[in-house]
Amino acid sequence: MVQLTLPKNSRVQAGKTWPKPEGATNLREYRVYRWNPDEGGNPRMDTFFVDMDDCGPMILDGLIWIKNNIDSTLTFRRSCREGICGSCSMNINGLNTLACIKTTEEIDGPVTVYPLPHMEVVKDLVPDMTLFYAQLRSIEPWLKTATPEPEREWRQSHEDRSKLDGLYECILCACCSTACPSYWWNSERYLGPAVLLQANRWIEDSRDEATGERLDDLEDPFRLYRCHTIMNCAQVCPKGLNPAEAIAEIKRKMVDRRT
Amino acid sequence: MSQQMRTPLGRARGLGSARDGTEHFWRQRVTSVALVPLVVFFLMVVVALTGADHARVAATLSSFWIAIPMMLVVLVAAAHMRLGMQVIVEDYVHAPIPKYLLLMANTAFCALIGLVGVSALLMLMLGGR
Repeated sequence: MVQLTLPKNSRVQAGKTWPKPEGATNLREYRVYRWNPDEGGNPRMDTFFVDMDDCGPMILDGLIWIKNNIDSTLTFRRSCREGICGSCSMNINGLNTLACIKTTEEIDGPVTVYPLPHMEVVKDLVPDMTLFYAQLRSIEPWLKTATPEPEREWRQSHEDRSKLDGLYECILCACCSTACPSYWWNSERYLGPAVLLQANRWIEDSRDEATGERLDDLEDPFRLYRCHTIMNCAQVCPKGLNPAEAIAEIKRKMVDRRT
Repeated sequence: MSQQMRTPLGRARGLGSARDGTEHFWRQRVTSVALVPLVVFFLMVVVALTGADHARVAATLSSFWIAIPMMLVVLVAAAHMRLGMQVIVEDYVHAPIPKYLLLMANTAFCALIGLVGVSALLMLMLGGR
């Protein structure tokens, strides 16, 4: 019924401590979650020592340094290294964030890196995002209109455009959704903060003509109403957005259209 | 296995939207707003009756202007409790049989609490024991 402990094969065990780089004086300890599907077995925490005199300031720099200098099999996603692609989202010292815009300096003691919580792990720090992307697809995140397309662009006032601020900036890194306990327990049925923020981005868009259908599709005890305003989403968002507020906006519209 | 062979979008869409939930959400908000003054009133009565003997408590609770809001406290709290507990069960209990049994037990328990509380107040007010 309710599972209170991790399944046996998911319990994280102590891993390998890799030797310190020779001659380095400015070292930082990194503890990194490792799991390789080819080897099977339980996940483990490996300890690495990063030479900070030879490495950039961000956590991602540290991980790349480890991959280049210590263990080339360490696996993680990264691309833009400037907080706009959303690839390197992971759990760093207990908080989901982007490794490329979090500095090693901000952290006291060892840097502890896990994959995003409560997702299936593909390998090391790479979570399986399949369901997350499918949920995004399910809210149809594109402009939907019935009016024949105008010859030029769909027009929008400055005021209406400003309603999309705080919504359009989302980079879909999934830090918020995977920080949400409600999403942990009910990810099969609850859409989660990231997808609901995207849903509100299209509900708020003055050019969209499917607002009612969008609200219909969201009106569900699980899809929308599993949000219990825990607010972890707003706390961790590396872009400083507030998905909880976007969800509250959707709920407000649900009430508005029937009262 | 069947879940693995389903397309991700099919999985995400699931059984579709229930087109429901706003009523539940709104009732929970309305009852919680109502409980703010009601709980203040309830606490005031409890504090005022601290250390009082049985006869005084019975006399106070049987007065019309105390008994009516007290019944409201019991009824609104029971309704609110049912809605809240329902959400907790839905959050954590996913196996169908325990889920539906617990949801029914929740409704029964809250109805019972409400009925017992209101009956006791009515008996006091109407001069029973």
